Amino acid sequence: MTLSIPSGSTALLGPSGSGKSTLLRLLNRLADPDDGTVRFHGTDVRELDPLELRRRVGLVPQLPAPVPGSVADNVCFGPRLEGREVDPERPVRLAGLDRSFLDRDASRLSVGEQQRVMLARALALEPEVLLLDEPTASLDSAATKAVEDALRSLHGVSLVLVTHDPAQAGRLAERTIQLRDGRIMR
Amino acid sequence: MSTISISLGEVAASLALVAVAVAVSFWRRADLEQDIAVAVLRSFLQLTAVGYVIQAIFDTDSLWLVVALLAGMVAFGAWTARGRAKAVPGATGPIILALAVAAAVTLGLVLTLGVFDAEPRYVVPVGGMVIGNSMTAVAVALNRLADEMHEGRRQIEAMLALGATSFQAARGTLARSLRSGMIPLVDSTKTTGIVFFPGTMVGMLVAGAEPVDAVRLQMVLLWVLLGAVALAGLIAVSLGYRGFFTDAHQLREP
Repeated sequence: MTLSIPSGSTALLGPSGSGKSTLLRLLNRLADPDDGTVRFHGTDVRELDPLELRRRVGLVPQLPAPVPGSVADNVCFGPRLEGREVDPERPVRLAGLDRSFLDRDASRLSVGEQQRVMLARALALEPEVLLLDEPTASLDSAATKAVEDALRSLHGVSLVLVTHDPAQAGRLAERTIQLRDGRIMR
Repeated sequence: MSTISISLGEVAASLALVAVAVAVSFWRRADLEQDIAVAVLRSFLQLTAVGYVIQAIFDTDSLWLVVALLAGMVAFGAWTARGRAKAVPGATGPIILALAVAAAVTLGLVLTLGVFDAEPRYVVPVGGMVIGNSMTAVAVALNRLADEMHEGRRQIEAMLALGATSFQAARGTLARSLRSGMIPLVDSTKTTGIVFFPGTMVGMLVAGAEPVDAVRLQMVLLWVLLGAVALAGLIAVSLGYRGFFTDAHQLREP
């Protein structure tokens, strides 16, 4: 199959097992395809530095996976890997949390709050693209709304959203691509 | 130092305690009778064989034979540790290197510092203890590494997704694995003389040495082993984790 994802917001919609998450992992090179090529701005991703690619193409995982420490520690984690310090307040605010969260222990937050910490953590690297792997799958409706509100208010970053929920695809994405058994359905 | 000799009859008499172990296992259905029999037979054959080998080495007084014996111990120790760390991909090389370097560095240091003379009667038993303890530490550390890499897969991949290198993503896991490999020896060093009497000290006391000498030698050995185990664990873990990742800092499929 051939698939081209333009900038803006795109939803990959399909039932579980249709290869959505796998496809997402190919885009930031957490995995490589058995055959075929993945290109970013026309360049084969295997020719790019994988670490640089992952900073430009951020990922919010399906389940939050915070590192031990405070919310600020989590948000600063990515930049610190390169020896950079950033102000964690801006990404935390973009993710729909306020600064009172910064000193709280990330592992003690609710799953919904943790998921917004994951979003803030990805945003702290100022990526061009944000990959979202069923970002609300484990959240209740209030937490889902909070995450969706944060995502809708983002500017200047392209979104690639994987979801099984057509309504969510409609709320968050300008265009939707249907997947089934690793194939594109229109 | 006075010497003692033990007759085969005395050795055979100690089998009474093996009979106790077999009886307990049979009575409480621990299902270990066969393992105990194999263990006793193997210990008899292996120790008898190594006794002749060591005797031959002492007779020829050749350091090359000592090196060959230690190399054999490294090979066998690596094979054993490999069996317990099956879930670590490509671990054979790191394990061999860990045991060989730990043995070479600790023995080299101990000989250079003049703690022991470079004679087979010191190098063989000390080398054997260093390799044996390193083997256990490496097996425990790599086992823990494999468990953590499996259970922490999501966390590690989340760090990779933030631009972490394989090493940065695995750093916490490596620290905990090294720790679990070293802790048993650290703990037994802490409690030595109170909770248990280590083998060397027991051997020397039974053989008629002065308690002061027995205690000093035991201290030296425990401290040497701490260094050896730290080195072996460090090398095994630092090289072993690479098998879980590709060159592109991806986690391999399990």
